[in-house]
Amino acid sequence: MSKRVGMEVSIAAAEVVGMTNVDVIAAYPITPQTHIVEHLSELVADGQLDAEFVPVESEHSAMSTCVGSSAAGARTFTSTSSQGYALMSEICYIAAALRLPIVMAVANRAISGPINIWNDHADMMMSRDTGWVQTVAENGQEVIDLLLHAFRVAEDHRVLLPTIVNLDGFTLSHMIEPMFLPEQAEVDRYLPPYVPKLRLDPAKPITMGPVGMPDVYTEARKAQDEALKASKPVILEAWKEFADQFGRQYHPVETYQTEGAEHLLLTMGSISETAMTAVDAMRAAGKKVGLARIRLWRPFPADELLAAVRGAKTLSVIDRAPAFSGGCGPVCCEVKSMLFDGGCSPYVWNYLAGLGGRDVTVEDFADMVAKTSACADRGEPMGYEFLNARE
Amino acid sequence: MGIAAEALKDFKGFSLKKLPVEEPLSPGHRACQGCGEVLALRLIMKAIGSNVVVCSATGCMEIITSPYPQTAWRVPWLHVAFENAAAVVSGVEAAYKAMNRKGIIDSPDTVFFAYGGDGGTMDIGLQALSGAMERGHNFVYACLDNEAYMNTGIQRSSGTPYGAMTTTSPPGKKSIGQSTQKKNLPAIAVAHAIPYVATASPAFPVDLMNKAKKAAMIPGPAYLHVYSVCPTGWRHAADQTIQVAKLAVDSKVFPLYEVIDGEYKLSRKVAKPKPVADYLKAQRRFRHLTESEVAKIQAKVDADWDTLVKRCGAEEAPAPAKEDE
Repeated sequence: MSKRVGMEVSIAAAEVVGMTNVDVIAAYPITPQTHIVEHLSELVADGQLDAEFVPVESEHSAMSTCVGSSAAGARTFTSTSSQGYALMSEICYIAAALRLPIVMAVANRAISGPINIWNDHADMMMSRDTGWVQTVAENGQEVIDLLLHAFRVAEDHRVLLPTIVNLDGFTLSHMIEPMFLPEQAEVDRYLPPYVPKLRLDPAKPITMGPVGMPDVYTEARKAQDEALKASKPVILEAWKEFADQFGRQYHPVETYQTEGAEHLLLTMGSISETAMTAVDAMRAAGKKVGLARIRLWRPFPADELLAAVRGAKTLSVIDRAPAFSGGCGPVCCEVKSMLFDGGCSPYVWNYLAGLGGRDVTVEDFADMVAKTSACADRGEPMGYEFLNARE
Repeated sequence: MGIAAEALKDFKGFSLKKLPVEEPLSPGHRACQGCGEVLALRLIMKAIGSNVVVCSATGCMEIITSPYPQTAWRVPWLHVAFENAAAVVSGVEAAYKAMNRKGIIDSPDTVFFAYGGDGGTMDIGLQALSGAMERGHNFVYACLDNEAYMNTGIQRSSGTPYGAMTTTSPPGKKSIGQSTQKKNLPAIAVAHAIPYVATASPAFPVDLMNKAKKAAMIPGPAYLHVYSVCPTGWRHAADQTIQVAKLAVDSKVFPLYEVIDGEYKLSRKVAKPKPVADYLKAQRRFRHLTESEVAKIQAKVDADWDTLVKRCGAEEAPAPAKEDE
């Protein structure tokens, strides 16, 4: 039986990764991810976790070491943030192309410059197209649940793709929260031992990472796209089984008060809970406001998101990273594309909010809904703005 | 006794009559005619054998051996990127260590071998290599040094020797060609206090194979710096590869030595050194050099040799292996 504990989210994340009996952890320090790997190194140092902790000299080498480890057939974990994620991103693409089920926790942080260690989603967006499965947590419980789920999905032979759990830096990584921490037996029941489909083994030699000439490169990329899309039923199945065992059900798109809502907010990550409070207040004031939150970022849950927003008059999309001069932020771009394909045309206004650790308050969400609604009523062209930016 | 000396106390060298028949790197790859690099790699693989996992940097040896759906590799082989072969092999080694200890696999004697060119090792891959050596992984790393970025079209690297013409160090009215001296990577490896460092050349195949075998036998990091003649980039005829490689050693341009547990040891005395000019004249990458420049290079070669001999102490180098004569 899971026990309820009060614990820093990063420590709980490390405890759960430890319970997966991971074989190799390669990591390099970067704020705000550090507590996760610090605690894992403690578990190894104390003999509680039988793993190789490889203290590499850069994030580029962290992901490279993870690729070597996973290709050799070991259960493999790392964690990073921001600039470190940027440095390792070259190898993140290759990890996915090699179909290696590495699991990574990303404590999301702004990208320099100016240098800023606080939370936004620029790192997540920068690495959007590396080909990894990506989920997004809203609170500490979800971080540990999604980490267990990540190993389960990544290592499934129908998937075999690296998987990221995104958790907001500081606002999640450094919070002490009440969580149900699973027992070892429960983890063992949910997550079978890792059995690699292929591994680097002298008894059965394989060549991994060959040159792809123009006559095969397109097919290789198409196969990867299909693999990522094909991971979705397994992701859903693993969430269903998680719910059956632990009683907490996750969905690709989570909704809150969307029934009959005319005005919808769209969020990702920990600000969603603030948004829920704002929705409660607006509903209490008689406004038909709801909230949709993206839980599964990759593969992109277009069908579920379309179903969640269809019927709304306005959509206030919150992006936590800019896409300079791109017309709107990266999440909103995808949302607009999805709406167009789905023949759905609400009025969309895009807010670039919560950048580099700036708080987004309950009042901010109320203001956003009011502004989007007013712009829609006046028939203004759709667009984006940096929320509360001083001139 | 040091770690390396202890591991090598029963070492028996190869002989030409009893070379391993196996070819972990098989024929049929797509190297240029006369490629000294693939010859060196083939000999290293013969010496290490088949109980190995190989990690390749991006470069000529990766391109020519793995054009999908073909492969020249009869042993497990992994290519990831240009600058990270040492980090990748760190991961493979760590995985084997953990899985052996946890009883998931039973493969205690597998060798972990990574290689890269001079660019992939001395420039862009230096950090990953330094990290892997410092952490003490049990692996063999070979820098297959052909003294420029040959795969991308002969651009200069920090392994390119002074005066050499490359496509990014062209000689001209205001340029001598490569204006800097070659980086001494074996010395950098030695500075990591790893148990084994050696230089080797495919023109001395038994010496090369012995060093590769020793590197594989020694626990911990081992670094091989392998002279890899490139007729395409060095501008000489493809049938001159071994001649050029021999000249490099016989003119003291590329001395053969080992550093065992930090102790330098010459592998080959050069009793009657050939003039450096002979070596330079054999390759058109040096043909623009004036006599005074050649004299400067000769002086530098002599000074470096003296430094090396001093590092080797008073100990006499052994007679050259008969097989390599």
